[in-house]
Amino acid sequence: MSEFLKARDKLNKLIDQIVLTILELVAGFVSASGRLVRFTSECIALFFTRPYRWRELIIHMEFIGNKSVFIICLTGIFTGMALSFQVYLGFEIVNATSLVGPTVGLGIARELGPVLTGMIVAARAGGAMAARLGTMRVTEQIDALEVMAVRPKQYLISPRIIAASIAMPILTGVFIFVAMLGSYVLVVKVLKLDEAIFWDKTAYWLNPNHINEGLIKATVFGFVFSAICCFEGYYTKGGARGVGEATNRGVVLSMVMIIILDFFLMNLIDVYYKVFP
Amino acid sequence: MTEVNTKDCAIEVDNIRKTFDGTEFVLNGINLKIPRGKITVIIGFSGTGKSVLLKHILGLLNPTSGIIRIDGEDINEMTEEERALNRTKFGVLFQYAALFDDMTVMENVLFPLREHRRELSKKRMEAIASEKLSQSGLEKKHFHKLPSELSGGMRKRCGLARALALDPQLLVYDEPTTGLDPVLTEMVDDLIVSTHKRIEGASTLVVSHDLYAAFRIGDYVAMLDSGRVLLHGTPKDFLETDIELVKRFIQKGFHKGPAEN
Repeated sequence: MSEFLKARDKLNKLIDQIVLTILELVAGFVSASGRLVRFTSECIALFFTRPYRWRELIIHMEFIGNKSVFIICLTGIFTGMALSFQVYLGFEIVNATSLVGPTVGLGIARELGPVLTGMIVAARAGGAMAARLGTMRVTEQIDALEVMAVRPKQYLISPRIIAASIAMPILTGVFIFVAMLGSYVLVVKVLKLDEAIFWDKTAYWLNPNHINEGLIKATVFGFVFSAICCFEGYYTKGGARGVGEATNRGVVLSMVMIIILDFFLMNLIDVYYKVFP
Repeated sequence: MTEVNTKDCAIEVDNIRKTFDGTEFVLNGINLKIPRGKITVIIGFSGTGKSVLLKHILGLLNPTSGIIRIDGEDINEMTEEERALNRTKFGVLFQYAALFDDMTVMENVLFPLREHRRELSKKRMEAIASEKLSQSGLEKKHFHKLPSELSGGMRKRCGLARALALDPQLLVYDEPTTGLDPVLTEMVDDLIVSTHKRIEGASTLVVSHDLYAAFRIGDYVAMLDSGRVLLHGTPKDFLETDIELVKRFIQKGFHKGPAEN
């Protein structure tokens, strides 16, 4: 009997421990999310406060947008070709190759375009943001701004978040265009599908709302990854190790959030289009 | 002990206490008056609250209790904007200069002017920046270099020029000689004194653990221990004191010599 009681106590303690760990994780997540939301809203409000930071906005748009164009084109063209090839092989079995264009178009415009662009730009620009801000924090450059009576959040963060939110839909537009070009080259020029059928079917099934959906998602992704990476970088603690950890956390969290948000946004936009067709 | 002239205080710290975790007090009732027009050096062992005190004076941290007055104004009563404006009274040289690494030497010095003297023409700003850099002892050939291309001493000079850009009346140096060799240490000390003399009525506050520097440049010295002011007086008072910890600090400081400080 005492053996049974001991085992029961052990089990109860284990359950308590598991529940406590889960609760701690949830509390930690809620607390971190709250701090992130507060940080982001403060930064956005500061963007619309004098002195306006237009110069910084242009600089960051150039960095996030312009300098990402090449890598976006490169990944876009290969994504378009790879996806087209897979879809072509599948549709060939059921003799529906005429639908390769619209299938690829829908997939790229609604899902792969914004998600892949978000991930590439989060890895490139988001990582750079977190590392740059983290370095500024540990080398006291942010403190220097504060003692010079310059609001660090207004000068460093606000323009980055706004720039990412503007640049992301443009980059996604480029990705979609280039991916469709890749698809056209492979399907029409290499696999010899009729050009008129490819464009006609694509134009019939792919409407502006699908492209809008991708662009809306891209705007949200840009906002979210830049806010996360800036938050992680801004509150970096420790030296070079802290900067590395903050960058890693910022990029990983951004990517996870892009995938999670993609699902919810997809449903939200779908509902919106059903209510307001 | 010499009476510290506190009639005209630039900075007044009144019973400041600070805790980060609610239990341990990093600052535990600090009372300190920084006289106007003098050089005051705050010394102490590592972890005695020197940097935390400095952050309070600069308004970067809020005290748990107590009052800090800058030119007679309580900074805890100020709004965030007033506090930011108040900070323009300070010129701060950070431990490692904290230069913006994506800007050239000239751009670093121009930065505070662009932010707070927007009414000035570009040419005038550049003239002021050049003047401050020259006063800090930096040659013209270095003006368009990035901070990463400068030596430690040159970085300090550039940091000082940036701190002086807005003609502050309160100069603050955070561990200015940490990590520097004896020659550079002496150079930075001389720079602090010459800058102080050049600006009429300026009050200088240096936070350091370098005893030689404290005695060489300080009109007044304050020693912190366990979040309290252990002794505040002239260097002579320090040499004549009976306080055991101060005597030990002086003994160790002089025993080690300036090179190891």
